[in-house]
Amino acid sequence: MAGIPARLAWRRATVLRHIQETPHVTSLVLNVPNWVGHRAGQHLDVRLTAEDGYQTERSYSIASAPLGDTQVTLTVERLEDGEVSPYLTDVLRPSDELEVRGPIGGWFTWRPEEGGPLLLVAGGSGVAPLMAMIRHRRAVQSPVPVCLLYSSRTYEEIIYREELDGSATTDEDLTVAYTLTRSQPPGWQGYSRHIDRAMLEEVGWAPEEHPLIFVCGPTPLAEAVATLCVERGYAPERVKTERFGPTGGET
Amino acid sequence: MSTPFVSRGFRGRRQAAETAQRLPPGQYVVSGFPVLSAGPTPRTSLDHWDFTIVGEVDQPRRWTWGEFQRLPRETVTKDIHCETKWSKLDTMWTGVSIDTLLQGITTSAQYILAFCDGDYTTNLPLADVTGGKAWIAFEYDGAPLAPAHGGPARLLVPHLYFWKSAKWVRGIQLMAEDEPGFWESLGYHNRGDPWKEQRYAGD
Repeated sequence: MAGIPARLAWRRATVLRHIQETPHVTSLVLNVPNWVGHRAGQHLDVRLTAEDGYQTERSYSIASAPLGDTQVTLTVERLEDGEVSPYLTDVLRPSDELEVRGPIGGWFTWRPEEGGPLLLVAGGSGVAPLMAMIRHRRAVQSPVPVCLLYSSRTYEEIIYREELDGSATTDEDLTVAYTLTRSQPPGWQGYSRHIDRAMLEEVGWAPEEHPLIFVCGPTPLAEAVATLCVERGYAPERVKTERFGPTGGET
Repeated sequence: MSTPFVSRGFRGRRQAAETAQRLPPGQYVVSGFPVLSAGPTPRTSLDHWDFTIVGEVDQPRRWTWGEFQRLPRETVTKDIHCETKWSKLDTMWTGVSIDTLLQGITTSAQYILAFCDGDYTTNLPLADVTGGKAWIAFEYDGAPLAPAHGGPARLLVPHLYFWKSAKWVRGIQLMAEDEPGFWESLGYHNRGDPWKEQRYAGD
């Protein structure tokens, strides 16, 4: 036995700033004292405490690359009837404190030395942990080739769009393909439907290239894409999924 | 000691007292049934499905799907608590009690490792799955268990965090020594008691 592991302690992070990513999505840049670092794909637990002691907790993916500093970015989708997300996006202000603990999760993670090629498939705010991988790869100038297939409802709801487009323009080993499932702007050149087999074949790697696959999004998307990946001939043990989004509405 | 922390401007949404007392620390109630999986959903046909008990046992046991369906079944209504913080109250399951499966088996084992299609595993003390505390469930809410929720059959151990209720379960290995399963090897707590908030190693 390696001894008893230390308990992950709750830490008081400080909000540095908010970034309005889309009408419903905000990134919170936090300073977490004594942050031990994380792996791209991991998440952070957040705990809110009211004056009478009432507490509630949620998990949010870390969207920032591990860069050896104490800054951590969480990307939060504001849920209209949510108990926690409207607080994080609307009430919290720079210099406010927020209790967090982490990093959490040892499966849905990627380190540059694990190689690739990478096939990243995102639905909505499920792009957050995949963005951490893209950012980490860029920060260390990893040569691992990456395809991101990213499904959003509308153009306005594409998170990190400018950053993704900018990176894809300057990096020939990064391919970003969007699909918009609800409405498309005039002259839209991307896909306009839910992710399907043909799309995966056009965008993804050939099975012989043995890609490492990360799928993150709402349950129907994650389930459908993981099944498509297996049917396409990708090795099931290289397909990692993470369900994402509100937990209230699914059955 | 530092002063108690208060989240500035947070009021929160409290549950009715009757619900609140059924919620372990850090949990909130959902009405839907969220799905969590680490990889693709395995699809094993019932013709090829079996359930086995192996390991520290005089004679390994094996049931086909048909044989399993003829075992005495129980329907239970339980609250379930996921390590990702949602809880779902009054969920109804039908399955075979682990006590029924272990009847007549002599073992010196103190632990089990549940194994599954998709190579998922989870470890539990034998005492946590005996005495009317655990089932192999194949119906949820009166209908066959959906593949995304672990069908055709999943382990159900409602008094522990839900990653212990392994989906797509195919058998249990009786073990003399404890051996960490999938999430238990990846930083999650070895036992996972929600009332002690044992989410992660060290909790």
